[in-house]
Amino acid sequence: MEVLINGQPTAVAPGTKLLHFITAKGLEPKAIVVEYNGAVLAPEAFGATTFQPGDRIEILRFVGGG
Amino acid sequence: MTQPWQIRDLTFNSRLIIGTGKYPSHQVLREVIEASGVELVTVAVRRVDLDFPEENILNYIPTGCRLLPNTSGARTAEEAVRIARLARASGCGDLIKLEVVNDNKYLLPDNMETLRATEILVKEGFTVLPYVSPDLAIARRLAEAGAAAIMPLGAPIGSNRGLKTKELIRILIDEIPLPIIVDAGIGRPSEAAEAIELGVTAVMLNTAIATAGDPVKMALAFRHAVQAGHLAYLAGLGPVQETAAASSPLTGFLQ
Repeated sequence: MEVLINGQPTAVAPGTKLLHFITAKGLEPKAIVVEYNGAVLAPEAFGATTFQPGDRIEILRFVGGG
Repeated sequence: MTQPWQIRDLTFNSRLIIGTGKYPSHQVLREVIEASGVELVTVAVRRVDLDFPEENILNYIPTGCRLLPNTSGARTAEEAVRIARLARASGCGDLIKLEVVNDNKYLLPDNMETLRATEILVKEGFTVLPYVSPDLAIARRLAEAGAAAIMPLGAPIGSNRGLKTKELIRILIDEIPLPIIVDAGIGRPSEAAEAIELGVTAVMLNTAIATAGDPVKMALAFRHAVQAGHLAYLAGLGPVQETAAASSPLTGFLQ
């Protein structure tokens, strides 16, 4: 199935959890913020969130800026 | 010897705020923060590059240095609100440097969209520091809307052109009962000192340090400049006169 992650159509296995996706990418859950289908998602919810077809996920972090 | 200042219930001793962009490395950024003595640094929010995640910049910001997330990239009030909510979700607090920019050449802020975003964010409990063109009417409206400070530009972002809006900033200092923080344009330590001498509460800059030949040394220079400017402000500048006023006795030698 396919979800949209950071604007990119991304194939994921059915049943994939957000937390697994994040850690598989080498990201620390504490170091990122996630917007899930347009709403901010608390880090505590990462483990309980299972990708559904067509979900829109933005994975963001702080970067250098003025 | 210098006085601390406040944004709401937060107290700061340093009157310098720096941005964290454009440094040659995270390590240089860390050294710059330490040399500058700042207690507040700005950061931006962006998508993670999932193919090549870069190292977390927060690992290079010393503890005790508070984060001031910005809403850079927002072209409308709604986008700014969205970014602010995401920034707050990171757990760094309610401070937000609000910038709404839809002009690509000069990166000048959209004051009306900034006001609209301020009204929304204040209602959501944010401590809003809006970046604006230095205009008294908009500053008054932002103050009424509950902004915690006003951040007028000295010159376009990243231009290092200096305190070009000085006369307008002087009016904001006189009329707006909030901290006035010059944000953008300051290129030299002498300009930072000049702004603080004038009576602005603090100065915010990034490019002036990040693009200097030696960013760490320049950070130290800005630290001293801001302290000097504040001491001069507290001391009160001597009067300016049209003609000479002798500093030595006017009597002739041996008379």
